[in-house]
Amino acid sequence: MNPGQIAVLVIALYMAMLLCVGVLSGRVFRGTAADYFVASRGIGPFVLLMSMFGTTMTSFAIIGSSREAYVSGIGAYGKMVSWSGIFHSFCFFFVGIKLWHYGKLYGYTTQIQFFRDRFASDKLGLLLFPVLVGLVVPYLLMGVIGGATSIEKITMGAFPEIFTATKGGIPFWLAGLIVCTVTLIYVFFGGVRGAAWANTLQTCIFIVLGIVTFAVIADQLGGPVAATQQVAEYNPAHLKVASTPEDQANYEEKLAAFEAGDSPIKPRQPHHVPPIVFFTYIFIPFSVAMFPHLFQHWLTARSAKAFRLAVIAHPLLMMLTWLPCVLIGLWATSAVMPNGEPVIPPGLENANAVLAIMVRKLAPTMIGGLLVAGVLAAIMSSLDSQFICLGSIFTNDIANHYLKHKKLSDKTVVLMGRAFIVVIVVATYLLSLWLRNASVFRLGVWCFTGFASLAPLVFAALYWKRATKIGAYACILTAAGLGLWFFRQAELTSGREFLVFGMMPVAVILSASTLALIVVSLATTPPPEATLAKFFSPRKPSPLSAAAEPVTSDA
Amino acid sequence: MKKLVFVLVAVLAVLHQDFWWWHTYEPLVFGFIPVNLAHHVGISIASSVVAALAVKYSWPTDVDELDQSTDGGGSQ
Repeated sequence: MNPGQIAVLVIALYMAMLLCVGVLSGRVFRGTAADYFVASRGIGPFVLLMSMFGTTMTSFAIIGSSREAYVSGIGAYGKMVSWSGIFHSFCFFFVGIKLWHYGKLYGYTTQIQFFRDRFASDKLGLLLFPVLVGLVVPYLLMGVIGGATSIEKITMGAFPEIFTATKGGIPFWLAGLIVCTVTLIYVFFGGVRGAAWANTLQTCIFIVLGIVTFAVIADQLGGPVAATQQVAEYNPAHLKVASTPEDQANYEEKLAAFEAGDSPIKPRQPHHVPPIVFFTYIFIPFSVAMFPHLFQHWLTARSAKAFRLAVIAHPLLMMLTWLPCVLIGLWATSAVMPNGEPVIPPGLENANAVLAIMVRKLAPTMIGGLLVAGVLAAIMSSLDSQFICLGSIFTNDIANHYLKHKKLSDKTVVLMGRAFIVVIVVATYLLSLWLRNASVFRLGVWCFTGFASLAPLVFAALYWKRATKIGAYACILTAAGLGLWFFRQAELTSGREFLVFGMMPVAVILSASTLALIVVSLATTPPPEATLAKFFSPRKPSPLSAAAEPVTSDA
Repeated sequence: MKKLVFVLVAVLAVLHQDFWWWHTYEPLVFGFIPVNLAHHVGISIASSVVAALAVKYSWPTDVDELDQSTDGGGSQ
């Protein structure tokens, strides 16, 4: 059995284990929509932490982080992780707990139900639905692209006679198909409970295996100190957030040595992160306040207290996941094999493959297979939640909402949700074939930009009595309009960041959507007293009466 | 105490802009982590500490009370 075939075997075993988890959780499934979509609100602190964390971390954290560190240096950590460490917990604390509370009190299953009720507008749901689905699709894309790229690279050499174009590796199209199909199956068996269980398992796996990957690769490079010294020799600018004129001179000197054949490493262009860009990444983490898949996990909590562990431990888990990947991406810029060849080929086109190449070339075969299972764990633990969330918002906010008079059974509701999920997954899969070289990091930043630009809506809904439904419309339309306009001008395959007025686009879009929400709300009629009483009174009304009479006044 | 949590979050945001280390990677912490990266790892750890303070001193007890008073009524 060659190394590629061993990797295939490990991946196959891993997929089989996930299917078993799905089947086992399916046995606990009570057959009701509430159990399928919110696990009967019975998830405890540890599983809640793991499922929330596993859902938030996708290939962006594993593939995207190592890619970004390889392309532009250590700034990747400061731009994403330390900002997120501060503000993810902030959002869980100030948004998550409150939304969980209203979800339990009024029986919500989706974000749209909450916003419809809070802004007393039925049609707001029709506007939010395509916006949220449209933003989840790039999130799915990151997972499919990251997973398929990793499988293709790590299984290279497995079947040289069948897959000649990929040197024997399982090709991207087949790998993506496998990832989507396995995730779909275990989600269909177990719903959100299956996803929560699988996420817990997968999150433990990817954190542990991430640390193992780091240790194994560091060892193969002569230890972490030697690996970093190699970067200091060939790509010192990658160890800094901003390069200096000396770094540019050093780059030109190293490049000349490489071109003359005196050096095995082609140096990477020094990268400079302008202070305003570094600062305006601050807005990206607010995206978690609007992730529909995270909202769904919030609703699964057994009690408000179940959030405590997640609020405290989330920044630490992010650090444990990202730091090894960022260091591996840095080391990849300058790593050399024992035979003197660079680990990463100088002409590498798809930098998403950096981590997979490092693992394949430096880790022992069996560990390499396990490590790719860790990468898949990170990816699939997000895909599953997003699949369920899509099914949930379609069935609850569109189908069930508009077909109330037909009194659909729970079985029919779950079936409709599954059908919608399949349609979206097929569309995402086809898109992944087209965008396979897109930067997972850039794709992620755009996706988070969209969600973050909608964050004022949820903060206003929870904390500002004067926010009105017309203000909510203005906020969503401004975020969607500006976001699409900027996105059309961005290059997803380029290593360059797309900036607006020298800042991250999220700063401009979020400011505009906030302004639109405030100005239009103040210029329009305040929300009805019944709505304010429902959401801002110190003592809440009886849950049964509140749920029975949702406030919707579009007509 | 809630105000203190907000102040600490703001302090972390200010510390995040560690421009004084942007043009250097030395000292290397433990011999392999550039100082700027180590600083940001420190911010991740500090975020967790601030979150723990928020949970201990600013916990929304009203949510707990209302949760207990409506237990079983609102969940589906």
